[in-house]
Amino acid sequence: MNKLVDNLNNPDDVRLSSLSHLESLESESIHILREVASECENPALLFSGGKDSAVVLHLALKAFYPERLPFTLLHVDTEHNYPEVIQYRDAVVSHNELKLIVASVGDSIKKGRVHLRAENEPRNKHQTVTLLDAIEEHGFDVCIGGARRDEEKARAKERIFSFRDEFGQWDPKNQRPELWNLYNARVFPGENIRVFPISNWTEEDVWEYIKREDIQLPSIYFSHRRSVVRRNSLLVPITDLTPPLDGEDVEEMFVRFRTVGDITCTAPVASSARSIDEIIFETKTTRVTERGATRLDDQTSEASMELRKKEGYF
Amino acid sequence: MDGLNQSAVSGLLRFITAGSVDDGKSTLIGRLLFDSKTLHEDQLSAIEASSRKRGMQSVDLSLLTDGLSAEREQGITIDVAYRYFSTPSRKFIVGDSPGHIQYTRNMVTAASTADVAVILVDAESGVKTQTRRHLYLAHWVGVSRVVFAVNKMDTIGHDQTAFELIRDSLIDLARGIGYEAVDVIPVSALHGDNVVNRGDNMPWYLGSTLLEYLEQVPGAHDSSNQIFRFSVQRVLRVNRDNVQRCSDFENMDCRGYQGLILSGTVQVGDQIAVSQNGSQATVERILLSNKEFGQSATSGQSVTIFLEHDIDVSRGYTFSKSDQPMSVARDLDAALCWFDEVPFDGSKTYLMKHGSDSVRVKVKEIQYRVDVDSLEKLDAEHRMVMNDIARIQLRSQRDIAFDKFTVNRQTGVFILIDEINNHTVAAGTIQ
Ligand SMILES: Nc1nc2c(ncn2[C@@H]2O[C@H](COP(=O)(O)OP(=O)(O)O)[C@@H](O)[C@H]2O)c(=O)[nH]1
Repeated sequence: MNKLVDNLNNPDDVRLSSLSHLESLESESIHILREVASECENPALLFSGGKDSAVVLHLALKAFYPERLPFTLLHVDTEHNYPEVIQYRDAVVSHNELKLIVASVGDSIKKGRVHLRAENEPRNKHQTVTLLDAIEEHGFDVCIGGARRDEEKARAKERIFSFRDEFGQWDPKNQRPELWNLYNARVFPGENIRVFPISNWTEEDVWEYIKREDIQLPSIYFSHRRSVVRRNSLLVPITDLTPPLDGEDVEEMFVRFRTVGDITCTAPVASSARSIDEIIFETKTTRVTERGATRLDDQTSEASMELRKKEGYF
Repeated sequence: MDGLNQSAVSGLLRFITAGSVDDGKSTLIGRLLFDSKTLHEDQLSAIEASSRKRGMQSVDLSLLTDGLSAEREQGITIDVAYRYFSTPSRKFIVGDSPGHIQYTRNMVTAASTADVAVILVDAESGVKTQTRRHLYLAHWVGVSRVVFAVNKMDTIGHDQTAFELIRDSLIDLARGIGYEAVDVIPVSALHGDNVVNRGDNMPWYLGSTLLEYLEQVPGAHDSSNQIFRFSVQRVLRVNRDNVQRCSDFENMDCRGYQGLILSGTVQVGDQIAVSQNGSQATVERILLSNKEFGQSATSGQSVTIFLEHDIDVSRGYTFSKSDQPMSVARDLDAALCWFDEVPFDGSKTYLMKHGSDSVRVKVKEIQYRVDVDSLEKLDAEHRMVMNDIARIQLRSQRDIAFDKFTVNRQTGVFILIDEINNHTVAAGTIQ
């Protein structure tokens, strides 16, 4: 009756049972999400409609299946969106009957919490104020995010359960030790934990998982025609918010987005990849990192992500 | 090579790199990423630019692991940086650990999830205090395999005899600490010999290069052949009012137990026991992460277990097979590593997190502290300060279910939290 003894004597069985790398990553993420649900009072899942947050939401639905999601979704909205992303966000929310709170940078501007220096400037960094205000207003003790450690060097150092003080600040010099799979999710009122269930996933893992799980995404992740200009080795999409500068040539190109965010600071890459398989192929063979190819804002200073995170960014 | 078994390789390997400052860890990681062609152009052009700014002729690979500005201000690496790369045969997660003693807690954070420790040793200057400390701590958190990269072989003329002397002493050292598998590779991170490519400088070395080793070494975390242990994270309650919109789940009004299989395997029909209260039940169904029911599940999988009849189970409880029970006790022997700047306070209770269980504990006695350098016992006088490792006796508020750490890496570990400030103040292994 005891199968384990057989296993012990038969190393072949043991080998068969070991998990593939996607299975181990998925299992780790589900474990993390279940810890959040059990240990925390009022968690929010940050959902922007981007691929990483789509993967986190998918994992969360699996983690609690068939029970409803024990989290509220929170979108910190720059209002600098591609319409396809917002349509996608709303479709996912209604399809799954989820609860979504939208906290917009526009409202923070109206309330005088955010001051713009230029009308159409990137609102990426302003999201911090909107996020922290939303955390306070709704009393979230945890925000679950889709950040990955392979994205950027400040992220590479962050814990899975990342403590933020009552000012939302991250202190990279003094992170809580985080051993084995034992997470410390404890906070006092006003403090907050950011939890990153896909910390250990790479861009390639995300795409392979999207394929395996058949996760739907906004259409702009796939190759499409778009007007762009070439600026500082990046492609800048031409929109109402981002008109061409004097002397720039507007070109029509086939592009796709590797990451979606504020229109004014997210660049697409030239690509003819229309299917997930083609995207996976490009991801495996690309010579440029996700951020290097797409972020207009991180290149200003070597430490810009680190600074933003210290101030309370995602 | 020691303990290598090609057929047992699984998809993902987690390893740490550690060693004393200046032994060449940054250069080695840079070399590994560069020669395995996993670097991207923008990463390369960034380090080319930094190298030029610093007036260097060639690209300094160590700049790839350059840290945060918070760290540059102090000129030391404070925390672990995780790096990801893959070769056609495997994916790797590297925990690049800080060397400074003050940040031991961050080094053990990295080591606690690693399958293998890669420890750098300078061929000329040999083992230093920090090397020994890292070696001890990696083993202490559960790493059972170590590979030493004896670096800067160029500085000793790629000498075989000198290498063999170092090799033998490293093997003795690691075996003395308790490592099950020990390998030693002569490398030159600066010139690339035996990191990814073999190079021409050490034809006498016939073993694997470092990358070959990493591609072939088994992931030590595969504990599916151990005794079954399952820690209940959450009780799932299914009823008509709380099911997901897109669920085709048919049974309503049932309870399931969500959690991670910590070790072993479980099958439908198995008789399980709840370690905390002794109740028993038969596994009726196992809901897998693909939302389908499976016949069995194994170590490392997050699943939901349904039992044939309802028993008293809540978060923190552990399932075992009825004939392979866990130990249950209130008094425990443990090896503790104290992390916090505030020293241990014998009058306090601390919150212990163990699996998904949380329980208050007191440290009854500190038997001795360990000098990590000499491995000798020091007397303790009921005090522990940051970075101390001590053998202690704990008393918990109620029974806890556990296995000894030497038997089960998953159920034999815990952390301590100070409820006054919520700091994670210590980690321990049950002895
Ligand atoms: N001769 C020689 N020097 C090396 C080798 N590997 C690293 N170094 C040098 O040792 C110094 C310290 O290296 P680094 O990688 O920064 O050490 P870390 O402090 O361990 O990260 C640097 O000057 C490196 O160029 C090697 O294989 N041979």
